Amino acid sequence: MRAEALSGGFAEASVEAARAFRAVMRAMARPGTVERVAGAAPPAPLSVAAGVAVLVLCDPTTPVHLAGAHDCAALRGWIGFHTGAPVVARGEAMFALGTWEALAPLEGYAPGTPDYPDRSATLIVEMARLEAAGARLTGPGIREAAALSLPEVAAFEDNAARFPLGLDFLFCCGDRLAGLPRTTRVEAI
Amino acid sequence: MSISGKMKPGAGMTEYNFAYLDEQTKRMIRRAILKALAIPGYQVPFASREMPMPYGWGTGGVQVTAACLVPEDRLKVIDQGADDTTNAVSIRKFFEKTAGVATTEETARASLIQTRHRIPETPLTGDQVLVYQVPIPEPLRFLEPRETETRKMHSLEEYGLMHVKLYEDISRHGAISTAYAYPVKVEGRYVMDPSPIPKFDNPKLSDCPAIQLFGAGREQRIYALPPYTKVVSLDFEDHPFEASKADQDCALCGSATSYLDEVIVDDAGGRMFVCSDTDYCRARRAAGHVGAQGVPHEEAGA
Amino acid sequence: MYVAVKGGERAIEAAHGWLAEERRGDVAVPELSVAQIRAQMALAVNRVMAEGSLYDPDLAALAIKQARGDLIEAIFLMRAYRTTLPRFGASEPVETGAMRCDRRISATFKDAPGGQVLGPTFDYTHRLLDFALAAEGETPPAPEAVAAQRAMPHVMGYLDREGLMEGAGAGDAVPPDMTRQPMELPACRALRLQALARGDEGFLLGLAYSTQRGYARNHAFVAELRIGAVAVEMEIPELGVSVELGEVVLTECETVNQFTGSKTEPPQFTRGYGLVFGQTERKAISMALVDRALRWRELGEEDEGAPAQDEEFVLMHADNIQATGFLEHIKLPHYVDFQSELELIRKLRREAGAGREAAE
Repeated sequence: MRAEALSGGFAEASVEAARAFRAVMRAMARPGTVERVAGAAPPAPLSVAAGVAVLVLCDPTTPVHLAGAHDCAALRGWIGFHTGAPVVARGEAMFALGTWEALAPLEGYAPGTPDYPDRSATLIVEMARLEAAGARLTGPGIREAAALSLPEVAAFEDNAARFPLGLDFLFCCGDRLAGLPRTTRVEAI
Repeated sequence: MSISGKMKPGAGMTEYNFAYLDEQTKRMIRRAILKALAIPGYQVPFASREMPMPYGWGTGGVQVTAACLVPEDRLKVIDQGADDTTNAVSIRKFFEKTAGVATTEETARASLIQTRHRIPETPLTGDQVLVYQVPIPEPLRFLEPRETETRKMHSLEEYGLMHVKLYEDISRHGAISTAYAYPVKVEGRYVMDPSPIPKFDNPKLSDCPAIQLFGAGREQRIYALPPYTKVVSLDFEDHPFEASKADQDCALCGSATSYLDEVIVDDAGGRMFVCSDTDYCRARRAAGHVGAQGVPHEEAGA
Repeated sequence: MYVAVKGGERAIEAAHGWLAEERRGDVAVPELSVAQIRAQMALAVNRVMAEGSLYDPDLAALAIKQARGDLIEAIFLMRAYRTTLPRFGASEPVETGAMRCDRRISATFKDAPGGQVLGPTFDYTHRLLDFALAAEGETPPAPEAVAAQRAMPHVMGYLDREGLMEGAGAGDAVPPDMTRQPMELPACRALRLQALARGDEGFLLGLAYSTQRGYARNHAFVAELRIGAVAVEMEIPELGVSVELGEVVLTECETVNQFTGSKTEPPQFTRGYGLVFGQTERKAISMALVDRALRWRELGEEDEGAPAQDEEFVLMHADNIQATGFLEHIKLPHYVDFQSELELIRKLRREAGAGREAAE
């Protein structure tokens, strides 16, 4: 195992994880707001924000899928050491990491079942750019309307149409992240 | 095996992790909270842990609070709307000890509020999180005791049984006979138990700027309402939902709009009505409001 | 003028102080030591370990002392402590066939290899209060013999080899862990057995008794009841070997029950199984009967609607920590909800009264 796998975790796990979770929760509860997080220093190509999300949410009980360039030895080592999460194919994943292009198509991920719609994957999407502008968002968590620089619109329309099944998303860029649950209705403007 | 190797008698709670729960447990609860926010009103199963307080006394709320707390939080805990009821005191103490967070009785100053049976009168803000303690999270449970059946009903959106029950009430009593834990429908999809709040509080569930989280420890369920979620109390066109309270003003602060507790004051059955939300009542009195049996704020404080 | 009652915090502190004093009781009477409880209240200690799901006689004895002898309260203390412990790994399955038995009886055979061993049992004591114990006299030593170093194979093995028993059925490779996963129904047998093993003894006893009286009767014979110590081993992957961590005392009960069969399959006996920490044979036998009753579906039996057949009813109500918490919570303040009911019933009565007047 390379040395970089052993570093880059939370220095003070319980407190840093608590702060980071609050930010992730706010992001998921308020689609279209961008939150700043800190505490993880993962190896490339994982962003700080995605690294924080992994440290906060993943452990040996949460299979993770690494898409595209994210499926590399450095990341496998880092995730394995810090979380113990098994790396799996997309269909078995509770979390998936990668760029939008690498993660596509979305059909392969678990959307939950009618009895247990919570048994669905959460996609942690690495973005080159993330800002509260772009596609128009409405739905729970949003007062009237919000906006977010989403990679596309159609996939999210389809996802919302399957409610209560569906995927949930965390978009990450540098040390910033935003959430998009399946309830959000997305329109191009 | 010796005891000394495992327990250190006299050692404080400082030996436990921040906010008591271990990190793996918190991760599991946090994942459940995120899915709950993504599917508003749907009850997410979670592997509730045994807490050092009895099931039925807020273990679900305590676990949700523990998973959400940050050291910078200012925590408020209420039971029946009051900060000084014994179980509220006990839970507040628990988090003072295990998380070292600041506490407050003022709704407006709190960043996280754990509640049993009430929503504060003071409107919540977008910076706040409200955590409800829930005894029976399943709104259909009193109509169908089996989880295997009620899960099917939710999945098929088959809520006829609930409407039949409410309608039977109307035919028998002329009104819906549910006064608390009054069922609601969330974003037109899941029927949800709002926890045993009086139906007076139901309208506050909808379009609330704060994040609302519900924790049921014994029943192992977490559910949530993101901010500004549309929540409708079930009713019928000819029998619309009505939020009701005692037709009185608070005897101490004179509020005509807050939810009131009835207090028996003498052997002859004499009674008075006072705000259930003790912080709201105190703040009104501090602002100079005086009810029929109240005294000006300075005198009471002296 | 009215002033609302305050001082919940002071009241709680005072109550705790009083409780501590009452726990100690009359200071003229010497204080009970944890070692005394462990040694002389061993069956209480066993029950607390079993239902507390934590094998530690010292802690169980401490919990009993702290709980003033309230065993459910003591079980609660154990559970709350257990849940904070880090998990280093899982042991290998214990081999009860290699148990060092203190007691081993079979009701289905007059004798079997290894013999019938009564062990320290109340079974044939006449239930007469022993006033000599009140006089605190020392008990004379029991007669001793050299233990026969004979193997004590499972009695069920003989029926198995003759093909008379249904197959035990291989379970999942890794059984679910009810302390780490929310209960999901329908439950597999491994999960049911876990829930029964930590379930309330009284609740299981009542259910098991109900099956004997005809509510899903399943005609149980105790093929074998054995109590004794087994080794707990854990595989250390780094070393590639299993190491023995220690021993636990277990009670195991295997029942042989009325047979099933069909046109294609010859009749076979069926089984019920109980396994509990410590010397806890009432609980282990109850568990075996309830286990057997819950298996009606897989054995192609009819649902008689009996409580002991109802998996959801049994599993959701067997845990005394859940039950006692929820039962006792109704003594917490509920005056806000009661107030809303008061308003409603007054309103409904007003309207009903007005309706009657209008009709008159």
